[in-house]
Amino acid sequence: MKFLLVEDNPELAEAVLSRMKIDGHVIDHAPTLDDAFAFADTGEYDLILLDIMLPDGDGRSFLKRHRAGEHDTPVIVLTARSQVSDRIGLLDLGADDYVTKPFDHAELEARCRAVLRRRAGSAQTVTELGGVVFDPVAGQLTVRGNVVALRNRELRLLELLIRAPGQIFSKQKLADRLFSYDDDVSENAIEVYIGRLRRHLGASDLKITTLRSLGYRLDHD
Amino acid sequence: MTDGAPISGSLRNRLVAILVGGAAVLALLLFFAIRGYATQVAQQGQDSILGAAVTSILDAAAIRFGTVELDIPYASFSMLTTEADDRVFHAVWQDGQFLSGYEALPPAATTGDRLPVYRTVEFAGAPVRLVTASRTLIGADQRTRITVALAQTQDALAGTLQGISRNAALFGAGFFALATMLAFWATSTTIGQLSRLTTSVTRRGPQDLSPFVKPVPAEMGPLVASLNSLMGRLDHSLTQSEDFIAEAAHRVRTPLATVRSYAEATLQRVDKEENRKALRSMVRAIDESSRAASQLLDHAMITFRADHLDRHDIDLVDLVQELVLRLTPIADMRDLDLRVDAAGPVTCSADPILLQNAIRNILDNALKYSPPDGVVDIRVRADPLPCIEICDQGRGFPGDSLDSLAGRFTRGENSQGIIGSGLGLTIAKDVATAHGGALRLSNRPEGGACVSLSL
Repeated sequence: MKFLLVEDNPELAEAVLSRMKIDGHVIDHAPTLDDAFAFADTGEYDLILLDIMLPDGDGRSFLKRHRAGEHDTPVIVLTARSQVSDRIGLLDLGADDYVTKPFDHAELEARCRAVLRRRAGSAQTVTELGGVVFDPVAGQLTVRGNVVALRNRELRLLELLIRAPGQIFSKQKLADRLFSYDDDVSENAIEVYIGRLRRHLGASDLKITTLRSLGYRLDHD
Repeated sequence: MTDGAPISGSLRNRLVAILVGGAAVLALLLFFAIRGYATQVAQQGQDSILGAAVTSILDAAAIRFGTVELDIPYASFSMLTTEADDRVFHAVWQDGQFLSGYEALPPAATTGDRLPVYRTVEFAGAPVRLVTASRTLIGADQRTRITVALAQTQDALAGTLQGISRNAALFGAGFFALATMLAFWATSTTIGQLSRLTTSVTRRGPQDLSPFVKPVPAEMGPLVASLNSLMGRLDHSLTQSEDFIAEAAHRVRTPLATVRSYAEATLQRVDKEENRKALRSMVRAIDESSRAASQLLDHAMITFRADHLDRHDIDLVDLVQELVLRLTPIADMRDLDLRVDAAGPVTCSADPILLQNAIRNILDNALKYSPPDGVVDIRVRADPLPCIEICDQGRGFPGDSLDSLAGRFTRGENSQGIIGSGLGLTIAKDVATAHGGALRLSNRPEGGACVSLSL
């Protein structure tokens, strides 16, 4: 997916960019309001991540102009302000959602997903492989014509595996992506979700292989 | 609030004392003035009758054949008859020689012809009004001077005066009563202006720092003007501190966000277990501090707003649905379901921002403590009181500390491993209390915690 990040703090921007790239997204970075307008006018983005306090102005004015210009690209605001009145003001201005800094990447990702699903008009990133059709935005898996409803963690797990078939994912790596840091349980619980995915994929040509002490791999017969 | 200011005397008492005291003095003066004047008028009446009687006696005196003849006319005495049967005494002198009557009556030095002289003297054991007048009789070859004294007791006069005094006293008392009522009325009207100002200051919450615009009496103008200027300064410094808090939060959170994002990104690349553990602890510490910062801010805001709720008519169900929508992505991350159970709209008058904050804190707790794949039940009820009940399937509250959990920075003994600051329930409780409601904590029989917030 293609994102635009409007954030003036170079370190934070760098961190978000690298994390987004790990996830396989394309992301442009605009450090100022001016750059943000330039990027937004020329590029087609699936989602814009917008900081509020920028060196050359207030992110809210971007939001206002963006909405006034009939752009309906969803916008998620990144704000350090936690005052509730601020949050409500942002939603009134046309933001689709907001996260307060410092944000949990998994939460940001979840919010992006929720916003995109609600909008449902943006570019679809549907994967077709081995008899399954997987739409991560809609959260839908179709196995040989049968629609399977996926729980969020199953969906995120499948998304990781299906994007890189044949690659080995360690248990820890998967756990880091699936569970928040408050969960101590994590790594053993992965087996539960792998088990559920295996059941869902039963009728397809896809298979999740366990590699002892290494991790898991999605194989395509 | 009753933080007492040092008090010295009371304006109301002082005003009442001055006005009532003044009224009493005036009433006494009035009483004495009326009685004095009445005495004078009554005395004049008696005097003129006595004078007329003396004159008529003198007129009856004549010199006939060289001797003085004095036939006291009956009318002279009959005109002196009073209701109280006052006694009358008389004495006649010729050229200083006593002729007839009561010799003990003291003669008076009279000046002109027929000019009566009036005195009040003691005679026969009672005060009498004594009038003395002289007339020079001129005969053929002689000149003689007749002096007549007439005295009358004052029983009738005293009776009249008593009546007048009584009336004057009644009049004075009436005046006093009326003046006292006027004094109280005037005082309460004057003090009323002050109390009205006091009420409008008291009714204001700390957020309402607009100047007073209602017209006040000229004397209170300077007070209101300095109040308004104080409000202005207060407003300014409050705005400054609010801006400062927002700015401070921004300054603290942005670097925290950077560290957190780097730590997370690094975690994706690092394989060594001890490094991963360190990175995870780092992320958790950041979460902990940022959560504490948000809740401290929330708590500060609630303390700030609790005195002066910005009430609106809101639908609790709407408010809950909105929050649930907002929290669904977070619930999804843990595969939790947020189930809202509401029969219909539940309208109530509340501060939506505070309420949202409180419910959000309760929901955050429910999400944090729920096991994966669990359900959080949210019930909104209208009867008997508007109430929101949020139940999870987590570990529940530790049984012995249900009452203390809503205290500031208190966390349950079984909260290990879960990030929190111990302020969430305090916030919810403060909001409930500010709305005149209550926060109740309980455990479900089948396991899990229930928090109910009623308004």
